[in-house]
Amino acid sequence: MSNTVLLAVDGSDGSHRATAHAIARAKLGGAKILLTYVIEWSAYSFNTPEENAERHKRREQEIAKATSSVVEPAAERLRGEGVEVETLVVHGPPAETLIRLAKEHDVAQIVIGRRGESGIKSLIFGSVAGNLIQTSPVPVVVVP
Amino acid sequence: MNRIILSLVTLFCLSAPAFAGIDDRINNITKPIAAFIGSVVFFKIPLFGAELPLVVLWLVIGAVFFTVYMGFINLRGFGHAIKLVRGDYSDPNSSGEVSHFQALATAVSGTVGIGNIGGVAVAVTVGGAGATFWLIVAGILGMSTKFVECTLGVKYRLENEDGSVSGGPMYYLDKGFTELGMAGFGRFMGIFYAVGICIGALGIGNMFQSNQAYVQLNTVAGGALDGMGWLVGLILAGVVFAVIIGGIKSIARVTEKVVPFMAVFYCVFAIIVILMNFTAIPQAISNIFTGAFTGEGVAGGAIGALIIGFQRAVFSNEAGIGSASIAHSAVKTSEPVTEGYVSLLEPFIDTIVICTITALVIGTSQVMDPNFAGDATGVAMTSAAFERQFSWFPTPLAVAALLFAFSTMISWSYYGLKGWTYLFGEDAKTQMIYKVIFCVFVALGCMVQLGPILDISDALVFLICVPNILGLYFLAPIVKKEMLKYQAKLDSGEIKSFRN
Repeated sequence: MSNTVLLAVDGSDGSHRATAHAIARAKLGGAKILLTYVIEWSAYSFNTPEENAERHKRREQEIAKATSSVVEPAAERLRGEGVEVETLVVHGPPAETLIRLAKEHDVAQIVIGRRGESGIKSLIFGSVAGNLIQTSPVPVVVVP
Repeated sequence: MNRIILSLVTLFCLSAPAFAGIDDRINNITKPIAAFIGSVVFFKIPLFGAELPLVVLWLVIGAVFFTVYMGFINLRGFGHAIKLVRGDYSDPNSSGEVSHFQALATAVSGTVGIGNIGGVAVAVTVGGAGATFWLIVAGILGMSTKFVECTLGVKYRLENEDGSVSGGPMYYLDKGFTELGMAGFGRFMGIFYAVGICIGALGIGNMFQSNQAYVQLNTVAGGALDGMGWLVGLILAGVVFAVIIGGIKSIARVTEKVVPFMAVFYCVFAIIVILMNFTAIPQAISNIFTGAFTGEGVAGGAIGALIIGFQRAVFSNEAGIGSASIAHSAVKTSEPVTEGYVSLLEPFIDTIVICTITALVIGTSQVMDPNFAGDATGVAMTSAAFERQFSWFPTPLAVAALLFAFSTMISWSYYGLKGWTYLFGEDAKTQMIYKVIFCVFVALGCMVQLGPILDISDALVFLICVPNILGLYFLAPIVKKEMLKYQAKLDSGEIKSFRN
């Protein structure tokens, strides 16, 4: 297993706290950080023909936006702390995608922030953290 | 620009009551037009006492040819198609692009329309129970035609500078023939097709849909909407206007999400009705088979039943018309033939599953009570069959019909628009002209009776299959080469399933 920590961010307060935790963890163990943003997306949705025709263009835009507004600022912060960082922006169902990436990159740990979704929404859709904890092959740290 | 359109629309709405008596007038105008177009496109040859429209023969021969030429891909490729849709062969690194499932779902929501509910009833009324058999046969053969046209759609699509894609028969006819050294002919065929789909979209994908939605609403309202076609038409046109011109995507998005559930809801209840009529099932099935080969009580006997069955099948699943290949072209794949496989499922879902169970709902009801629907035909007949078991069913069926009609109209507005942009360019202003015309026809659809509308839209849609299928014959060797290359890659393990 590589000494890599997968840090999943989404620009929320929770993910800022997760970033702080990951920095501490990386400094402590000399770990590299795989900074990841998963754009929520499903291959099984229903779209209009127009949406499909423009999908490729939109995908590029979504990746560019996530990179510039969330991932790059976080990466800057990590680099500023002297931590080695690699960035990834991918589409997919969040928990599933994080697990796939964790396996592909052979990471030691996944760090995410808690979104704190309450009540009904998490009851119906489940929370990313919850799903991740249930199915992850590596330890998951959920930062409150 | 927007202000001009807005004031035109307001003017149209304010003067709407003046349109109250317009239904009959429009009917009188469209009837001779329908008769003329119909007589040209459906030029009939007498055959064993029945009349066979040449275009139907054209489509059937095409479908049989592609089935044989591609080595029964419609049956062979079915399993692989399911795996592709399930995402077994989708590279996770290209997630976020249009998936096979999404391309299929979009194309299906364009084809699952009123034809599945009302068209089947028309087929059974005119062609007897036996028409159902030929409807299914046509569906199975149509799978091969779809395979060819959707593979070509992806292979020859145009990737626009802004990253969006445009595809469909006009592009594969144009580029495909150019590759074969017949650039001029290809361009001509592309234009022929584009003109056809622009106009055809106003019929099958527009007027027919809004007309049947109105009829169904009126039935549910107990005739309270008699002579109010113009009003329903205006409202429907207004909603379509809001989506395709106003860019109110939320309406389209909601519809796209509700329609699949409605389709499932419809199928589940159809199966329940069939089961409730269980004593009639053996007789209904036997009627389908005997009717198919004897054609009892049908003009032209078995051949008559066959013609009607094939005609309705094509009208419903659109195989050979090429429209679906416009929707399928958006998929992200490095192997165009994979989308061909996926598109096989479209006639399967549309014709073999949904149309067949509708036919059984009607068939079993007929066995139990031959006059269950009175004089009703189209959607009203199907509705009556459901009503025998569930008195409340016509209301949700009307809602389903309305939504099917709506999603089909949205899809076809796009198909027609793609024909239009092929002819006149992707410029936003020229696109606007077509969109406005499209909305006007939505309103018109509710003002004319079923007869002339069905005739005009049938005729136009059958007309565009002439250049399309002709092109498919020429380009089929290219598809076959792609298919064999792909199969070889699958066999050698070069293309692997991502499913562990």
